[in-house]
Amino acid sequence: MWDYSAKVQEHFYNPKNTGPLENANGVGDVGSIKCGDALRLMLKVDPQTEVIEDAHFQTFGCGSAIASSSALTEIIKGKTLDEALQVSNQDIADYLDGLPPEKMHCSVMGREALQAAIANYRGEEWKDDHEEGALVCKCFAIDAVMIEDVVRANGLVSVEEVTNYTKAGGGCSSCHEAIEEILEKVAEEWSAEGGAAAATPAPEPAKPAARAQLTSYQRMRKIEEVVESIRPTLVKDGGDIEIVEVSGKDIYVNLKGACAGCMMEQATLGGIQQKLIEALGEFVRLLPAKLLTEIH
Amino acid sequence: MKPIYLDNNATTACDPAVVEAMLPYFTEQFGNPSSMHSFGNKVGGAIKDARRKVQALLGAEHESEIVFTSCGTESDTTAILSALKAQPERNQIVTTAVEHPAILTLCEFLEKDGYIVRKLGVDKRGRLDLDEYKSLLNDRVAIVSAMWANNETGTLFPVEEMAELAHARSIQFHTDAVQAVGKIPMDLKQTRIDMLSLSGHKLHAPKGIGVLYLRRNTRFRPLLRGGHQERGRRAGTENAASIVGLGVACDLALQNLVHENTEVRRLRDKLQAGILARVPHAFATGDAGPAGKRLPNTCNIAFEYIEGEAILMLLNKMGIAASSGSACTSGSLEPSHVMRAMGIPYTAAHGTTRFSLSRYNTEAEIDRVIDAVPEIVARLRKLSPYWSANGPVDDTERAFAPAYA
Repeated sequence: MWDYSAKVQEHFYNPKNTGPLENANGVGDVGSIKCGDALRLMLKVDPQTEVIEDAHFQTFGCGSAIASSSALTEIIKGKTLDEALQVSNQDIADYLDGLPPEKMHCSVMGREALQAAIANYRGEEWKDDHEEGALVCKCFAIDAVMIEDVVRANGLVSVEEVTNYTKAGGGCSSCHEAIEEILEKVAEEWSAEGGAAAATPAPEPAKPAARAQLTSYQRMRKIEEVVESIRPTLVKDGGDIEIVEVSGKDIYVNLKGACAGCMMEQATLGGIQQKLIEALGEFVRLLPAKLLTEIH
Repeated sequence: MKPIYLDNNATTACDPAVVEAMLPYFTEQFGNPSSMHSFGNKVGGAIKDARRKVQALLGAEHESEIVFTSCGTESDTTAILSALKAQPERNQIVTTAVEHPAILTLCEFLEKDGYIVRKLGVDKRGRLDLDEYKSLLNDRVAIVSAMWANNETGTLFPVEEMAELAHARSIQFHTDAVQAVGKIPMDLKQTRIDMLSLSGHKLHAPKGIGVLYLRRNTRFRPLLRGGHQERGRRAGTENAASIVGLGVACDLALQNLVHENTEVRRLRDKLQAGILARVPHAFATGDAGPAGKRLPNTCNIAFEYIEGEAILMLLNKMGIAASSGSACTSGSLEPSHVMRAMGIPYTAAHGTTRFSLSRYNTEAEIDRVIDAVPEIVARLRKLSPYWSANGPVDDTERAFAPAYA
């Protein structure tokens, strides 16, 4: 059984804003019956103000697909179209207190439905610009299509390089065999092209983020920047965060106020850790400072 | 209210008699059966006794044909790798498109090493074409591996007939009978089946114990080498407690075989008929007709226009445990390969729900499930864009056309 948050369960068992919407003037249909997800989002937009007055959904899909759809309608109601377009799939997942990595595509589908519905309202055509592949790296939610694209674009030949470019394989390492298979497949295609790739190497691969060596001062600054960028959100909820110690890959912080001991403490730390990993281009662990005193 | 467990093809509850028989082997009977002293001797005797009980359930000719392993997957892997290793002049494997991943994933892995794998397709009721099967048998085939009963639909393959055909061409025949053992009668000594896999936890024994039946005189190469356990065919200290438990479970399965094929079958038929009578746009998958060849305990129903994980979550909330062939329940992007092999459309394959019974289920439980299902299906259909007020949207293409795939 998936480890669904209470919020996901709530939005699945008692979804909000379901069924057809009378007088909808923006409708977005997205999804794929092959992978078992399909979503129709219906908007009622005030033509004067462009405010979304009402939003309904119909979804064929699993628990998290239905919950993501329900959450989406709740998030966008009352927003203007431009405000609504700022809603990311991560916002939908955050609203639900997180989704399992295998289920993040449900939140992506929600965002796509939103784009499609707004395009429909504006009389534009919306085209899906990404293809979804099988999930390869479960630690960082990277799928096969993305890995293959990056391998191809940058002429990658090793699992280590794939990890540096995409993070895939940088966690538990159980997907290394699958990554190697993708590398082999692309390499075979290259050699089938008559060694074209070998003769003309991929044009100047962009410098991978993880390779950019930071000095320990720059690294510390970066950590501060990320934490500072998150603080306002926590302060708004009556909490706060402070960095206590940085020891190698372990970053110790104090969660204060409403955050301390809150049921969401673990999820909050997880979210910040993810942002830190992205910013630093390396794996780090974010730990509560109380562990520091226990260890020392 | 007590939860209703209808997921016995996934795993079963250990029978209390099994647990009771096992307990001494965690405490006073801790000896290693290989030891020379009396601590070991007694355990050795218990294992011998368990082996005879497995032999009786399978109808094996000799007790030495029973090799204890750790699980069904180990038995499957041992069988296929042994056939390839023992017959290096043969490099082909014949199997079916609807096997368990224990077989299919291994075969895909072997394909990378250059072995040739031929997969038999099935018709829309999950049945094989024996003429197609015959056309694949030749002297380059090392082994045929076909499941006795399908785990998702319960559909039975004619493995005895298939084994005869393979034997006539001197091809080893293996069957993954993990779902069949204990549910249908079998008498292996009357067949040409060379190898058979079974798994303890599918028949009320614990997890972590399996058997490879290995017909005498079958050319064999062990997977695990080391000690002389299982006559050197499967090294590693015996899982004595679980072997004893499996023996008791096989004994109980033999005693309950008639009950399984009368009472359990009756309840399964009642469940299937009850649901199909109350839920429109639903159908049973596999060889599910009145004369169909199917396990007595399994029914798999496709509920069109809704998705399986959502069904399971609502069933679970009502205290009913079942399983599904949808993509989402496994975290993959495709629905069950079994449903796809039968050509079940995606709108139905994602909504397939498997109910698998055991001798512990009661009539009152089945009645409760029949009552609960229609409401759950109606609730999810109300959310589905493929469904309008009273039925499916007439023209799906026109009514609901998502922007991709």
